[in-house]
Formats: sequence, C-alpha cells, structure tokens
Amino acid sequence: MRGSAASALLLFIALTILVGLTIFLFATGFFAAPPPITPVGVRIDHQYNLTLYATGMAFVLAQLGLGWAVFRYRDRGQPARFTRGNAVLEIAWTIVTAVVFLGLGGLAARSWAQSRITKVPTDAIRVEVTEQQFVYNFRYPGPDGKFGRIDPELISAPTGNPLGIDPNDPAGLDDIVVSTLTVPVNHPIELLIRSQDVVHNFFVRELRLQQDAVPGMTVPLQFTPDRLGRYYIVCTQLCGMGHNQMHSFLDVVSDADYREFLTRAEAR
Amino acid sequence: MNPLPDHVHPAVASPSGFFRRYVFSTDHKVIGLQYYFLALAAVTIGIVLSLLMRVHLAWPQAHWPLVTGGTLRPEQYLALMTMHGTIMVFFVLTTAPLGAFGNYFLPIQIGAPDMAFPRINMLSFWFTLAAFLCMLAAFAVPGGAPISGWTAYPPLSGLGSVTGPGEGMGQTMWIVSIGIFCIASLLASINFITTTIEMRAPGMNLTRMPLTVWAWFVTAVMSLLSFGALLAALIMLVLDRSAGTSFFTPAGLVVNGELQSGYSGGWPLLWEHLFWFFGHPEVYIAILPGMGVTSHVISNFSRKPVFGYRAMAATLCAIGILGFLLWGHHMFVSGMNPYSSLAFSALTLSIGVPSAVKTFNWLGTMWGGKIQFDTPMLFSIGFVSFFVTGGLSGIFLAQPALDNLLHATYYVVAHFHLVMGVAAIFGIFSATYYWFPKMFGRMMDETLGKLHFWLTFVGAYCIFMPMHFMGIYGGIRRYADWTGATYLAALQPLHLFATIAALVTAAAQLIFFYNFVSSLTRGEKAAENPWRATTLEWSTASPPPVDNFAGAFPTVYRGPYEYSVPGAPQDFTPQHLPPELAGVSEGATHA
Repeated sequence: MRGSAASALLLFIALTILVGLTIFLFATGFFAAPPPITPVGVRIDHQYNLTLYATGMAFVLAQLGLGWAVFRYRDRGQPARFTRGNAVLEIAWTIVTAVVFLGLGGLAARSWAQSRITKVPTDAIRVEVTEQQFVYNFRYPGPDGKFGRIDPELISAPTGNPLGIDPNDPAGLDDIVVSTLTVPVNHPIELLIRSQDVVHNFFVRELRLQQDAVPGMTVPLQFTPDRLGRYYIVCTQLCGMGHNQMHSFLDVVSDADYREFLTRAEAR
Repeated sequence: MNPLPDHVHPAVASPSGFFRRYVFSTDHKVIGLQYYFLALAAVTIGIVLSLLMRVHLAWPQAHWPLVTGGTLRPEQYLALMTMHGTIMVFFVLTTAPLGAFGNYFLPIQIGAPDMAFPRINMLSFWFTLAAFLCMLAAFAVPGGAPISGWTAYPPLSGLGSVTGPGEGMGQTMWIVSIGIFCIASLLASINFITTTIEMRAPGMNLTRMPLTVWAWFVTAVMSLLSFGALLAALIMLVLDRSAGTSFFTPAGLVVNGELQSGYSGGWPLLWEHLFWFFGHPEVYIAILPGMGVTSHVISNFSRKPVFGYRAMAATLCAIGILGFLLWGHHMFVSGMNPYSSLAFSALTLSIGVPSAVKTFNWLGTMWGGKIQFDTPMLFSIGFVSFFVTGGLSGIFLAQPALDNLLHATYYVVAHFHLVMGVAAIFGIFSATYYWFPKMFGRMMDETLGKLHFWLTFVGAYCIFMPMHFMGIYGGIRRYADWTGATYLAALQPLHLFATIAALVTAAAQLIFFYNFVSSLTRGEKAAENPWRATTLEWSTASPPPVDNFAGAFPTVYRGPYEYSVPGAPQDFTPQHLPPELAGVSEGATHA
C-alpha cells in the first residue's frame, strides 16, 4: 500500500485549499480591473464574468473530483474495479463541453463585433495615433477635418515635425500634434493607429481595448467613453529597451474642456 | 512490413570504444540520455535566468554584483527574458519530452531494436547541441543577447542593432541557433514517424500501442509540419536583415531618427502568421508527450486500464489536427482582419473539447482504482491539476473580446506557464521518476521524490496563481519595472510573493538533482519490472541491452494497459506474455 493514506489525504487537502482560496480571491475582487468607461467595456466585463462562472465551475468540479478520486480510491488493499471505459459517458461529456465552450465563444463574438466590426458613426472624432520607440503622438486633423500628407523623409523630431507632415500640403497646415490623447465624453472616437518603426500597442485597461500598432498598416479602433478622467495608455507589445517606459494618457473631458483644448492647441 | 525476423536475433555487442559507445553513439538509448542531459543543462540555465528576472521584479533597485552601474537595466532584463523563453521552449520543452524520452522508450515500447535511422538520430542530437551552444554564445557577442522575446517580431528583430542592444549580432546568433534546431527537429520527426510505422513488433497493432507512443507519434507529425514553417520564416528574416529583402519590412520606417531606406512592400504580420503557425503547434509538441506519460502512469498506478483508450488516442490526434488551425488566437489584437478572429476563436475553443475529454478520462482511470502514490504517480496527478488550471484560463484567452483586456498581461504568463511549462515539466518529472529504474538500473529515493513533488507542486501554484490577478488588474508582461505606469506599482506585493515562491521552488529542485545523482550510484537495484507494469520496456533488463531485448524480440498479444483483468493470476498482464503463460486468453484482453 506504500503509505498511500498520507499522500492521498495531503492531495485531497491541497486541492481543496487551492479551490477554496481561488474562489475566495475571485469572490472578493482581489486585484480586479478598474471599472470600464465605455458601454462596450461593460459588455466585455459581462462576458468575462460569464466565462469566470463557467470555467470556475469546471475548475471546482475537476480539482475537487481529482482530490476526491485520489482520496477515495487510494490503495487500501481493495481490488481495482476493472473497466475499459464507457461510451455513453464519453459522448455525454464531449457534447457538454462542446456546448459550453462554443456557447461562450458565440456570446463573446457579439462583444468582439461591437468592439471591432461595427460601422464607425459618421460624426466620430478621428484621431491618428502614431507610435515610435518609445513615445505616442496624437494628430487631430484641425478645422479642415483633413489629415495632411505624411512623408517619412521629413520626419524630424528635433525640428518639431515628429510625424513628417508635408508643409506643402495645405491639409496639413492646421493639423494638431500632441503627446497625450484628449477626447470629449460621450462622443464616438475613432483612432487610426500607426507605427513608425517597430510593432507597438495601444492599451487602456479602462477601455477594455488594446490594439497593436503595425508599421505599414493603419488600424482603426473605436470607442465611446462615458466617464470623465485621466487614464494610462501603455504599450503591451515588446518594442525595445524602453518598452516599459512607453506610455501616454487618455484624458476624457467635458465638451467645453474639449473645445478649449482644441482652441489652445490650434493657437500653438 | 516488419523488417525484423519474427523471433530470435543474434544479440548485438555494444561498440567497444568509449567515444563510439557514449559520445558518437547511434544507440537510441544513449542518444535519449544525451538529449536528457542537454535538457537538464538547459533547464538549469533557464531557471537561473528566470530567478534573475524574478529577483529584479521584486526588488527593482537591488544592486547586483557584476552588473555595471549596479542595477539591472531594462535591456538586460529583456535579454534575460528572451533567452529564458527561448531556452525553455526549444531546449527543454521540445528536447526532453520527445528527444529524450521519445528516443529512449519509443523503440523499446514497440519492440524495436533501435530507431529506423540511427545515424540520422545521432545527427539530430548533435545539431541540437550545436544549436544550444550557438544560443548560449549570443550572451557573449557585442551587444549581448537579443531583446525581442522568443517570438522575435520584426521589425524589432529585423533591422539590426538600430532597434536596440542585442538586436545586432545577438539576434543573428539566435536566428542561426533556432534554424539549426529546426533542421534537427525535422530530421528527428522523420525518424520517429518512420520508426513507429515500420518497426513495430509482431502483434503491436496501432490499437495496442501505449499512449506514450501515440503521443510521441502525433508530436513527431506536428514537428514535421510546423518546424518547416519556422525555418522558412527564419530564412526570410535573415534575408531581411542582411540581404536587403523586404519580407517583413515595409517602406518608410524611421528608427531612432534614421530612415531605413531600401525596403518596400514587407508586412510584419507575415512573420506573426508564420511564427505562430509553428508556435502554436509547438505548445502541443511540448505538452502531448506529457499527456501520454500521464495516461500511462495513471493507469499503471491506479492498477486499471486507461479509461477510454480509443478516445485517448483519438483526442491526441484531434489535438494534433486542431493544433494547426488556431494560431491566429495569438493575433487577435495584431491588426489582422477582425472577422478571422471569430474563426480562430471558435477553433481554439474547439480544442478545449478533446483536452477536457482527456481530463475526464484521467479521472475515469483513477475512479474505482487501487491508487498507489509512488512519486511518478504524484507528478502525473500534479500534471492533471496544472493542466486543468492552465487549460481553463485558455477559455478566457480564446475569446477575442476578453483578449482586449488580457492580451500580453501576466494573465497570459500564468496561463502558458501552467499549461505548457509546469504541466509539461511535471510530465518530464513523472517520466524521470517512472523510467529512471529502467534507464539506470536503480531506484530513485521515494522520500526525497515525495518531498520534491510537494515543494514543487505547492511552489509552482504560488508562483503562477498570483499572476492571474496581476493580469486582470492590467499588469503588462515583459516590463522590466513599473515606473512607466504608476498604477502597476500596486502589483509589487504580488511580485514579491511570486519571487519568494520561485526562489523556494527553484531550491527544491536541488533535492531532485541530489536524488538523481546519488541514486545513480547508491540507489536500490531495480528489478526488471519494479512498477508491476505491462508494456514492453518492462519485459527487458534494467538498463536494456544494446538491441533492447538481447536478441529475443517480443511478440505482442494484447493491449498496453491490461491491469486487474478479471481471472488473471496477477493484477497486470504484460503485453508480451503468450496467452498460455498469461493465464488469460488473448481475446479476453484485446483492447
């Protein structure tokens, strides 16, 4: 019997503690993410909770089932019950897991579609996000609503043209380039995310959104923030030695403050 | 199709010289051990690198001996991280489960005298060793080791040292090393596949193969189909770096104020697709052999046949196929078409089904058993627990909507470490404790083994469980410290906890090393079949002779997991025993 009682009991206790502690920490909101600031973020959190319940149940059943099996069927001199399996059980648990997992996926598809696939409202404010080692630049089109042409040959951060805006393109003359992102509350925003050098990322945990910035591509990302405040923008895609320093801020402000921000920026 | 005479063969003498016998050997057992010791060396380095990272994360301001300036710089942290990931994934998790145990036990378990191509086998090992040395040399070149992570996304990895220290010569060494590793893996996979198909003993039908053999076979097929994609990608990356091509590099990049001229039309996502077309199957290459070992060991120590043997073999194949169809879940936020995310999500969730079925079958195998808790069994039970925990967090990450929050956070670190790191390592430990008596003819110490299990089991959970919470909170991985975003400072207590757990767990591995080394010479002599097991490796001497069966090649009469068969004289009925000796008829125990 090779000392099976002690090992079996210890395993049972260890797995029970694992399950109990995990439930406790999740139930008490241990290091929960801060509340979302968009309607889509709320839906994503809802989907997260749904997944947490489903997988949590599976976790509890599987770990406790394992703990119970090793404890209950430890070698006490009894003969093993000979069986090669049970086709009905196999089919049943295959179907149940398929339904649960794919069902979750189906539900999640809706919040993904809302965050990535829906049409951008025509009145959305468009801001171009250009990332480089290890800073963010945000470009607003200015009063004409048009972004000026960009030429990589003209990029020169020391002379105040970090994006390489062509001075000969009239559309670019009123473009505003700033290092933090300011947007009005309750207004749809569309970001156009680019990179000048390597792959970066745009992540705001309160938005529940992240998107890589891929050189050679312009990737759109939309959201409608409904809560005022200042939020961290961070890079989550390994981009070099300054990766962990690369950050900026998202300021969600009132309409009046947003107008004032634009006026001040245009004046510069 | 069996090339061997059915029955008796003249015994093969081992080569006489030391070099031919232990160094440039073509014996699959020696090569298996060579792979094993290579993996041991690699895992030791990999653990040390991870400890350096963990210590830095817990005490970012700590002063280090031998580091200029005293504190660790971010690029040094990234170099540690890149090398930790690369060494662990390639030289431990690919090398030990398949290269070491597959090499040693696949031929014996199917009743063959060696691999189909012994010289190619030797070549595979030496290529792997060369790749490993080349990788280590990256630490020593100007600029140091690369900082682009084990995923090496271009353009960071594709433009040379302009993108960062380590991206010059260090990244080149990395690419060359992994390229050599790819060739070694391709050669090895052909060998495993051919051996399994062609060299099985009489009576060893596919449905009589141990699940370990099934697992190695599917793993080899996956290696064959995936390493080629990586090799192609690496060749393109080298050409981008040195020959002026633009596979991954678009026009108009300005790095550090310098315009990168001469490139046009490249696409960074092409690398991501090719890399993950390899990279995701690689995850299963690391874990499938562990699944095989776990099935094998749980059956042995529960004294019961594997519950649903055919389902277990079928789910290995299902995972092998699905494993190739879901690489895009690494790229939900990469900028690829958002519609394709939905397809990759559904396919990823689908692979949860065969994975769950395996878990149910492991529980089913134990259910009603007569469970003995020798160390191999403890590690297999640990495997199941970690596989469940790590697998279920995958259900979150498989949903692109949730990836919006969790991608590239510590949640992902927790997920893949538990499921492909810790679970796979538990598979390796289980296999080590289980087959040590066969490989070295001596038993490992049970008390030390149990102590090692408990410290590692509890320790690994303490390291990685907190990382789930770090990730949900928004803790980004691959950050040398939190100074760029002050909200991350709140995670410091969790980092401290994980680091202390890592130090304790790493120290516990010294128990394993001590046990391993001392058992080699002082362990109790192992009998031919100490675990009262059924498969062919237990029908021969410990350690086995050069041709594995001393000329008396086995014939197989029944399935691999005939434990506690009603009416049998003992609670295991070996595969090779003729019905008249086994006390049960062949038909009664046909799997």
